[in-house]
Amino acid sequence: METTSVMRADKSVKHGSEYWKRYAWRGVIYLFTIALGIIFMLPFIWTLSSAFKNPWELYIFPPTWIPQEPRPYNFVRVFEVVPFARWIYNSILVAFFNVAAQVLVASAVAFGFSRFRFKGRNVLFVMMLSTMMLPVHVTIIPTFLMFRYIGWLDTLLPLIVPAFFGGGAFNIFLLRQFFMTIPLDFDEAAYVDGASSFTIFAKLIMPLSKPAISTVAIFAFLGSWNNFLGPLIFLNSARNFTVSLGINYFKVAPLDAGEPRDHLLMAASTLITLPGIILFFAAQRYFISGIVMSGIKG
Amino acid sequence: MDVGSRRAKISGETRRQNILGYLWISPWILGFILFTVGPMLASVVLSFTNYRIITPPRWTGIRNYVFALTQDRLFWPSMGRTFYFMLISVPLGLLGSLLLAVLLNQRVRGESVFRTFFYLPSLTPAAAAAILWVWLLHYEVGLVNHLLSIIGVSGPPWLASVRWAMPAMILISLWTGIGGGRMIIFLAGLQGVSQELYEAADIDGAGGWRKFLNITLPMISPTIFFNLILGIIGALQVFTTAFIATEGGPGRATWFFALHIYSNAFQYFDMGYASTLAWILFLVLLVFTLIQLRLSDQWVYYAGS
Repeated sequence: METTSVMRADKSVKHGSEYWKRYAWRGVIYLFTIALGIIFMLPFIWTLSSAFKNPWELYIFPPTWIPQEPRPYNFVRVFEVVPFARWIYNSILVAFFNVAAQVLVASAVAFGFSRFRFKGRNVLFVMMLSTMMLPVHVTIIPTFLMFRYIGWLDTLLPLIVPAFFGGGAFNIFLLRQFFMTIPLDFDEAAYVDGASSFTIFAKLIMPLSKPAISTVAIFAFLGSWNNFLGPLIFLNSARNFTVSLGINYFKVAPLDAGEPRDHLLMAASTLITLPGIILFFAAQRYFISGIVMSGIKG
Repeated sequence: MDVGSRRAKISGETRRQNILGYLWISPWILGFILFTVGPMLASVVLSFTNYRIITPPRWTGIRNYVFALTQDRLFWPSMGRTFYFMLISVPLGLLGSLLLAVLLNQRVRGESVFRTFFYLPSLTPAAAAAILWVWLLHYEVGLVNHLLSIIGVSGPPWLASVRWAMPAMILISLWTGIGGGRMIIFLAGLQGVSQELYEAADIDGAGGWRKFLNITLPMISPTIFFNLILGIIGALQVFTTAFIATEGGPGRATWFFALHIYSNAFQYFDMGYASTLAWILFLVLLVFTLIQLRLSDQWVYYAGS
């Protein structure tokens, strides 16, 4: 494969043919990478372009890349035809509590797993990791029945409260790995000074773990913001929807007679994709480190 | 300090470690009981009952399982479709992710820009991705068929046709999947391969392709295995894209197993039977994962073991 040929060529540029071979390979690699980059981005560009079009312009052939009369009003219209502001508010509320709960609770649990030698620790840790493999369908039906029984259906509580019970296996794993890199000597020195385990957690471990905590916060936000199955099962009335469920409803929601909706759907899709992309650009290195950590145990 | 008091001190410390340890992990233990073990047990029990919410569950033994395997006309087709999806999308996805990682690992200029381009689709909410692709795959004015028409191919009706809906699903899963976390994990794996191995191979006069096969692939095989397992688990549960883009159609062409579970549980409220289906899926997944684990001895190379 081209990979290793290039590595090899890098080191031996003595001969003319090797030299040209190297440049030819580089050229091929760049062309290939750029082509793939364009292919990956085209759907976004197309969506954005459609989101700014007049409805009639969506259906002309051949299609246009740049809207002839850009119409930012589409983005406003979305808020008029469906309770889009309400959905954003619900999504933010759920995401806020998920981030807070997952960061705090998963950190505490990870602190327990990384700092204390208690009986059955390893068995429990492996059990915790194995829950990541469990298909959601095995637990979702009884969970639904449970929330139905306590009257929480069609509220945001089923999407928020479980996060407080453990904070997510992946988060616990990631934070534990990070906490293990903090020397135990620090704790011991603090214990000698009479600190409690809570003080060590709050004043020592948490401040030293900002990168790992940022990673957990980012994935907690995305997981919550992008969640579809949870809202689909637990929510019924349009007012209580989150953005992901809302956009699915928008697809079939009754609009004024004959009002086209494809351009509005594209505007709505753009709006709900934006937070994730902004977050990625703002905190790219935490994304990468978090994902790399998840692969370590493989 | 005499031996006795030291022993007392040690056991006191052990006690303290036990108490504090369990105290700190208690939220997870509660959650594990409330949201994992409890529901799993309830789900097993329900799978042996007839339970339609309005009346209390009635024990029916293995009747649900027999019905699923012999009489449910959608059971085998939906299982087959899910496996078909998995068998195509997982290998293609792994190959694609590895290819992108290998490209990015060439120290191309602007690596972070390309990495971002490849990664962004995986950030798109699944619901938005489904809506977006319905539009991209529109028969007459969709981008995909427009691009195909430029090279003289008249594109199929994709999601609207029984024949092309499944390839469309696979296409969507590749767009959202191959540049995501999997690619980043591969990239980290590639960067972790020791340069000394390549240098040693250079001395032996090994070519590029041979180095890739004999050094790179074995060294990153644990990463490939990790991504393979996650890929299989994900593919067997494929749901959102099909639910939004096609609702399982046309003509049940994308009626995946997870849709079958969902519709039995939350459209027909046949909770007992849906639990049966969920457990069958879980068992299939378990068996598949165990087979992979067993096979992994043959091809996964763990350095230092």
